Parts: sequence; C-alpha cells; structure tokens
Amino acid sequence: MMMEHLPAIIIVFPLIMAFLINVAGWWSKKACFYMALLAVTVSFLASLGILNTVLQSGTISYRFGGWEPPWGIEYVIDHLNAFMLVIVSGITLPVVLYSKKSIEQELPKKIPQFYTLFTLLMMGLLGITITGDAFNLYVLLEIASITGYALIGLGDEKAPLASFNYLIIGTIGACFYLLGVGYLYIMTGSLNMADLAQRLPALYSSNAVMAAFAFFMVGIAIKMAFFPLHVWLPDAYSHAPSTVSAYVACTMTKVGAYVMIRIMFTVFEPSFSIQLHPVTTIFGWVAAAAMMYGCILAVAQNDLKRMLCYIIIAEVGYIVMGISAANRMGFTGAVLHILNDAFMMACLFLVVGAIYYKTGAKTIGEYRGLFKKMPFTSMSFAVGALSVVGVPPTCGFFSKWYLVLGTINAEQWVFAAALLASSLLSAIVFFRVLQNMFFAPAASSSHDQGSESHVQEKRHEAPGSMLIPIFVTIAGILLLGVFSGQIIEMIIQYTVPEGF
Amino acid sequence: MEFIISKYNYWMYIVLMMIGFYAMIAKRNLVKKLLGLNIFQWAIILFYVSTGVKKGATIPIIEGGHGELVHAVNAAQYLNPLPHVLMLTAIVVGVSTTGVALALIVLIYRRFGTVEEDEILEALK
Repeated sequence: MMMEHLPAIIIVFPLIMAFLINVAGWWSKKACFYMALLAVTVSFLASLGILNTVLQSGTISYRFGGWEPPWGIEYVIDHLNAFMLVIVSGITLPVVLYSKKSIEQELPKKIPQFYTLFTLLMMGLLGITITGDAFNLYVLLEIASITGYALIGLGDEKAPLASFNYLIIGTIGACFYLLGVGYLYIMTGSLNMADLAQRLPALYSSNAVMAAFAFFMVGIAIKMAFFPLHVWLPDAYSHAPSTVSAYVACTMTKVGAYVMIRIMFTVFEPSFSIQLHPVTTIFGWVAAAAMMYGCILAVAQNDLKRMLCYIIIAEVGYIVMGISAANRMGFTGAVLHILNDAFMMACLFLVVGAIYYKTGAKTIGEYRGLFKKMPFTSMSFAVGALSVVGVPPTCGFFSKWYLVLGTINAEQWVFAAALLASSLLSAIVFFRVLQNMFFAPAASSSHDQGSESHVQEKRHEAPGSMLIPIFVTIAGILLLGVFSGQIIEMIIQYTVPEGF
Repeated sequence: MEFIISKYNYWMYIVLMMIGFYAMIAKRNLVKKLLGLNIFQWAIILFYVSTGVKKGATIPIIEGGHGELVHAVNAAQYLNPLPHVLMLTAIVVGVSTTGVALALIVLIYRRFGTVEEDEILEALK
C-alpha cells in the first residue's frame, strides 16, 4: 500500500514539512533542522524504494487522483528518473547535515526561513525529475528556481544583486520553456510527455514544432548554465551562503541536464534531435567551447568559490558533450557524469564552506599552509580535486573515460582533444590550490620566523557535523569510481534511448 | 495584411514580449527591469489565453448538463478552458517571482541606497 504511493510521498511529504517548519520556527529554532532532516530522510528512503521497484518491475506510472494520463497529471518513473531521484535526494542528505553549523554561523536569525526554502527547493528538484507532464515540469522548475533565488539572496553583501540578475535571466529561461510547451500544445493538444512523443513524429516537418524545440533548448540551456548562457552562475553561486552554493551547485545544473535529455530523447525522438536537425553537432561545438572557457577562466580566478563556479560551467559542457556524441558510450558517460559531478561538486563546495567556517579564508592566497591546520579537510579537497581532474580510481576518471570513448566512436577528434585539454587545464587549476594548501608555509607564521620551527601549528579542524558529510561525499567519489561498472550495468544501460 | 489582422493577438504578444525584453536589457534601473520582466511574462499569458479562444463559442459549461436535455457535446461550441487554467498557475508563478524580486530590490536599496545599477556597481568597486 505504502509502496504504491511512494511517487506521491516523495513530493508531498517535503512540501507539507516545508510549511510545518515555518510554523515550528515560531516556537523553536532547533526543531527546524530536525524537521528538515526528517523530510530529506523520508524523501531519500522513498527514492530508494522507487529505484528498487523500477529495477525489479520496470517503469512506474503514478496517476494523481486516478485521472487517466493524457488528461490527468501523471508521474512517470523509468530508470533515468529513479536514478536522478536517488542522486538529488541522496546528495541533499549530507548537505542538510552540514548546514546545521554553517547556517548557525552565517544566518543565525533566519534559521526557520532557511530550512523552509531549502526543503521546498529539494521538493522542486525532485518534482522536476519525477513528473511526466510538460506543464507540471514548468511549475516545479519555477518552484525550484524561486526558492533558489531567495536562498542565494541570503548570502553576503553582493548576493541580492547577483540573485536579482539570476532571477531576471532565469525567468526568461523559464518563460522560453513555457512558450515551447505552448507551441507543442497548439500543435498536438496534449501536455503529457508520453502522449506528446506519440503525436509529434507526424508533425516533425512543422515550423511550429521546430520553434518549440528551439525554445525548449534555449530555456533549458539558461537554467543549466550552458555556455554562452552561463553569465548568471558565477555571481549567484559565489555570493550565496556556503550551504546554498554547495547544494545548488551539485543539483540545479544536473537537473537541468536531465530535463535536456528528457526533451531531446523522450518528448522528441532521437531521430529529430540528431538527424533531422544538426542539434547535437552544434551542441558538441558549443560544449567544447564551454569546457575550454570554463577551465581557462577558472585558472584566472583567485576566489575559491568563484573558481569552482567556472569549473561547473566546464562540467556542464562535459555532460552536454556526452549527450551530443549521440552514441551509447557518450550517453552513458553523460549520465554517469551527472552522478559523479553531483558528488564532486558537493565535496569541493562543502570543503570550501568548512574552511570559510573555520578560518574565513576565501582566496587562494589565504589557503597557504592550510594542511597543518585542517588536515582532514585538506585531504578531502585533494580527493575531490583529483576526481575533477580525472585521476583513477576516483569516479571522475570513469565518466571522462566514457565521454572520450563516446567522442572517439563518433569520430569527432576535435571534441576528444577538447575533453583532454580541458582535463589538463583543470589539473592546472587544482594543483595551484593544492600547492598552496599542502606545501606553502602558512602566511601568518612569517612574522615570528625564529620560533616557527618549534611552535606546533595548532589544529583547527572543522566540527564533526561538517566533516562527516564531507567524508560521505569522499566515500561516494571513491565507491562510485570502484563500482561504476555495476552502476552502468544495473541502471544506466537502460537509460540509453533507442536507436543509439 | 489579412494575415496580420486575422491574428493580431499573436502579433501583439510578440510586440509586448519584445518591449519587455528591451526593458530588461536596456534599462539600468532595477525596478524598470522587473517591470520589463513582468511585461515579458504577461505577453506569454496573452499568447496562451488567445490559443483557447474560438469565434462564436461560449464558456465551457455543457448546456443542459444538469437538466433532462441530454444531447451530444459539440466541442466546437465551447472555448478551450485548459490554456486558461494553465495560465492561472503561470500567473501565480509570475506573482511569486515578482514578490521575490521586489524583496531583493528592497534589500539592495537598504544596502546601497539606490536602485540604479550603475551606481550600485560604482559603490561595489
């Protein structure tokens, strides 16, 4: 009985909890954290249950209120959805644990509001992944975005302006998506994705359908910060509170990538997106540019969070590159990279947040000699960094391996070269930081040169409630690397669209 | 000419959308940018609402649906209510976006004492 209704519980429970958290905030601020934790845990368990059901018995279709699909709202969960649900809710769990200390320091007065918005944001992201209705997706996309704007606006001095710019650009993106839905509705009279997929092939030559596809792609590209529509991302993510930047960095862009895959290969057929129009070829070139641009600008950054933001832009490029390779290998790499990137970005942003929490350090210069102060945190950063660079046995290596194989299978040598070049560039980016962290002497100890040798640097390790989530993401990075073969065999191979 | 007049509501939606777009790009005042965004969103609502309209059709309540007069429903006789219902949701989304944006503008004004983007960027230097 419960198992049947899991697709509803995973959305409705956090939604109700979000309101209850706000109410509970009037009595007790401490309760908010535990309520949010409860909401996230229930969603995570529900997503595991859904994944289990999908693995055993195939696609689930859940009808809200018992209405038949083309009229009622339907939640469809196939392997890709179930996989995304586990990623999103699974990454939320360590982030919410981590948020306790970090929010107490950064936003002591706004704890109830923070957890209300945070739970709503998670609910919006889960909703985007689970829904099988194009208009429902728009509404949930906006729930996730609006809570995102509000959360980012809670950050430092420049945050409101960054958030306002993100709001303007993000809403344009959502409006484009809405227009795309509208054009498809005029042409087919349907909003259900599966129904649209059946009705569309007869209309592929229509200009309106082509315009709808273009609107979808531009709208989603804005939401997922795909180069050259990424301009909002570095400002918005680098000025947000550290928990928020960690969370949005590891989920928002990945969910955007998921929506892109859905529209390109479920609502439209691969034949439309690949053969009828050279969409994938164009995206391949833009993705190559995104990877190079992101990594080159990351080298130029001094602020750690901002540097990671440019890395995200490059990572989005990787995912789109895998999609645009349009073969089994490339697509596997793209889906695997969505998973790996969520963990890598969570790890790096959480570490940067923990360092800011303890020392207030933001720039690379301030990271000098950090290894002696915070050895565990520094080691975690190193693991995350190696994974982004793509060193085995971390998970980053395996998804890049599949991406490179995908481009080689597609005989796109330039793209393969771009993948390798941007990996090298990200190595430069991270080794600059690691060199400062591990080998440079601490900046503060320069004035008492004489006593330096026998004064033991005191350890200022981050509190346990921050270290444990970081270790969880580290374990994730290593385990996902070791077990990537099993993950592909169990889940990802079923997500590859037909005809690849 | 016929083409333009017979579908003038769709042309108006494009014109409105471009006005909104222009305001968002060209204006340096944050409130004006927000107004541009609103015009942009409302243009899309106009587009959706006009897709549901039919000439000579009536509101979608079945005639004699409650009485004894049971007859076949002629779909061409009624407006399509679905785009209108969708737009109720879109209006809610638009209003909440505007609310968040106004709150952000208030925050910006408190911090910088102005809502002109140039002056804010100047203050940030």
